[in-house]
Amino acid sequence: MVLERIDIHPTRNERGFKLRRGRPLPFGATLVPGGVNFSIFSRYAKSCTLVLFKKHSPEPMVEIPFPDEFQVGNVFSMIVFDLDYENIEYGYRMDGPVNHDKGHHRFDSSKILMDPYAKVIGGRDIWRETPDWNNIYQHRSRLVFDDFDWENDRPLEIPSEDQVIYEMHVRSFTRHPSSSVKHPGTYAAIREKIPYLKELGVNCIELLPIYEFDEFENSRPNPQTGEMLLNYWGYSTVGFFAPKAGYAATGKFGMQVDELKTLIKELHRNGIAVILDVVFNHTAEGNEKGPTISFRGIDNQTYYMLTPEGYYFNFSGTGNTLNCNNPIVRNMVLDCLRYWASEYHIDGFRFDLASILGRDPWGAPMANPPLLESLAFDPILAKCNLIAEAWDAGGLYQVGSFPAFGRWAEWNGKYRDGIRKFLKGEPGRVGDMAQRLQGSPDLYAWAGRAPATSINFITCHDGFTLTDLVSFNDKHNEANGENNNDGGNDNDSWNCGAEGWTDDPGINALRKRQIKNAVAMLMVSQGVPMVLMGDEVGRSQQGNNNTYCHDNELNWLDWTLLQSNNDLFQFFKHCIAFRNAHPVLRNQNHFRNVDYVGSGYADITWHGTQAWNADWSDSSRTLAFMLCGKHAKSGTVVDNYIYVAINMHWDAHWFEIPGLPPGMQWHVFANTGATPADIWAPGTEPQLENQSGLLVGDRSVVILVGK
Amino acid sequence: MAFNATLETTKDTAKITLSGELDASSAPIFKTEVEKAAANHPKHLVLMMQDLEYMASAGLRVLIFAKQKMGADVDIYVVRAQETILDTLQKTGFDQGVIVVDEYDEAQLEKV
Repeated sequence: MVLERIDIHPTRNERGFKLRRGRPLPFGATLVPGGVNFSIFSRYAKSCTLVLFKKHSPEPMVEIPFPDEFQVGNVFSMIVFDLDYENIEYGYRMDGPVNHDKGHHRFDSSKILMDPYAKVIGGRDIWRETPDWNNIYQHRSRLVFDDFDWENDRPLEIPSEDQVIYEMHVRSFTRHPSSSVKHPGTYAAIREKIPYLKELGVNCIELLPIYEFDEFENSRPNPQTGEMLLNYWGYSTVGFFAPKAGYAATGKFGMQVDELKTLIKELHRNGIAVILDVVFNHTAEGNEKGPTISFRGIDNQTYYMLTPEGYYFNFSGTGNTLNCNNPIVRNMVLDCLRYWASEYHIDGFRFDLASILGRDPWGAPMANPPLLESLAFDPILAKCNLIAEAWDAGGLYQVGSFPAFGRWAEWNGKYRDGIRKFLKGEPGRVGDMAQRLQGSPDLYAWAGRAPATSINFITCHDGFTLTDLVSFNDKHNEANGENNNDGGNDNDSWNCGAEGWTDDPGINALRKRQIKNAVAMLMVSQGVPMVLMGDEVGRSQQGNNNTYCHDNELNWLDWTLLQSNNDLFQFFKHCIAFRNAHPVLRNQNHFRNVDYVGSGYADITWHGTQAWNADWSDSSRTLAFMLCGKHAKSGTVVDNYIYVAINMHWDAHWFEIPGLPPGMQWHVFANTGATPADIWAPGTEPQLENQSGLLVGDRSVVILVGK
Repeated sequence: MAFNATLETTKDTAKITLSGELDASSAPIFKTEVEKAAANHPKHLVLMMQDLEYMASAGLRVLIFAKQKMGADVDIYVVRAQETILDTLQKTGFDQGVIVVDEYDEAQLEKV
């Protein structure tokens, strides 16, 4: 006979609710037999009260103070029995010192605080539905059910060097009326567009923030047009454990968790991994004048970096800085990522302004930041991509020197800058370009970091789109309502002869060619390529390089471009397919510049207009290289030979081509200067007429395959 | 309209006819019927939904429960679900774990 467990019985009654001493771990609200275990940390709170609401109710259903004996250390925990899980929301009131001189505490028991560990957050259930600002509890913690049927799904564990990342915004991807999806702008809609992603050939999507945020944070009308400007990109987290409800077609039913998990499962089924762009550097509570949502009312001193005077350090450029190397916060970050990796099967994370995560509680950069080390060695995150945006708004720039612990990859800002300068024809760039094409060994090889450390990108959500990069010399951010003062000025862009749109066919042809040159170079670079959503069809932001606040066509992907710029789409698609077809483009290890398999060719050799003789001079704008197929994946795989000629000079040049081993011929995969056909599907490349050389047009890239 | 769930069982099939509004307060009734149905170890679970007017997330959770309680070998048929319910099933992906049909032939099912 099995006895009924006796540890699941209430021990006391309070205000009509049955209670029992809770378990301090895990933090958050956890379903336990017969009830819910509520547990929350605060170092300085004198008392804590659990506040329960019926879902959507303006007033609490009950407030239950934690009895003194339910506190262990700095943790309040309590089991409440017989709650209607589906229909409750919960929060906390904390009482403690308010003392700006000593300790900088900001306790305010009149505020109801969201649980930092809330797995579902109500209050912004429907995107852009104006909130009731009189509501006393704006962002409401809810309970989650871990009963999703994943079947046999698991994270894909695609080797980093084999990934092609597509950076996208959930809403922007399908919100445009031309998207032809049932529920535009949602997780469900992305599911409908999986065939598109598969045709393009990417095997990894990187989602701009999907942690719950408030699109109304700092919302304001555009002074010129009156249009509402929002916190559209979402780089300002309300709750780290909850998916953005407004991105779910089922958000109004509170079913965003199921909808997002269904999307991830379906993406995985199609061989597409999911990376989340995560923002741990600051929160939506802003500076001293910001709202009290959660952290500042629970334990201001623990969660935030504070100046000696009690103001918020602002290394993020957005008002406050999360105190990531405080052990409590560090554990929260770790708990959060473990939760997303295990419960949502997330394949990797890209850390916004990651250098902040390496600062100590007083803001100084650390040599061995414990948070970065913990993440690198975590058993649950062991197979996840960890990608750093290796700089912050406080002036720390760590591309090439981010504390890696053998695990961290970096958004390679030097790749972006170098390739842009070379693309526009700046002199003195050839040597730098050679490094970027090889996976930036100058930045990483010395530290034993693989080529896949380098996330290669030319464009990302920050800055110009690729079309704008070749159409505008200067940013045009007037629509942001900040007098064009926001957004970077170091764009390294070139408009090809006219600022903005023009009827000049020569300029328009050159712009298209430059876009194709850019993606061709990106896809033959060692490392991990990342494509910005819409670049493959020529998406423009009308010269705006900082569209963080626009819920409109500046950000939305116009799907009619797929027709009007189909040649671009085909070019991207074939370049990605070419990369996927050739392991020699996706090496795990850096080149050694020698022949170590006995093929008669070094793994990589450098050429110019003369074979075997690259012009490294400052005035040179031409570069060519050949990859020996027998050295693919460090000589473990046999591939074709690949030759790439890059002419970023304004005149055409004759390039002498290195000879192949006997029996092999060069074939033309791509020639951006050729018309009408400038690319062929991998495997159908026509043979090159003259095997000893070819004319590479002005500002053009040629890719040959030797087989 | 009040929620109602009626279970009928034949040799290999358990049929639950649902009507009214399936929300958090009525989901336990549905869950009880699923548990009763599972006790008979049927090959098929048929959910007649033509008179079901609304299904909240609590109702969908019972569907997940049914799938997990019955096991992967038991086919779950959702018959004649109304458009709004079908839409929610699709958005959340629950439609993938069940067989959605407009018509259901009991005799045919028994032969499967």
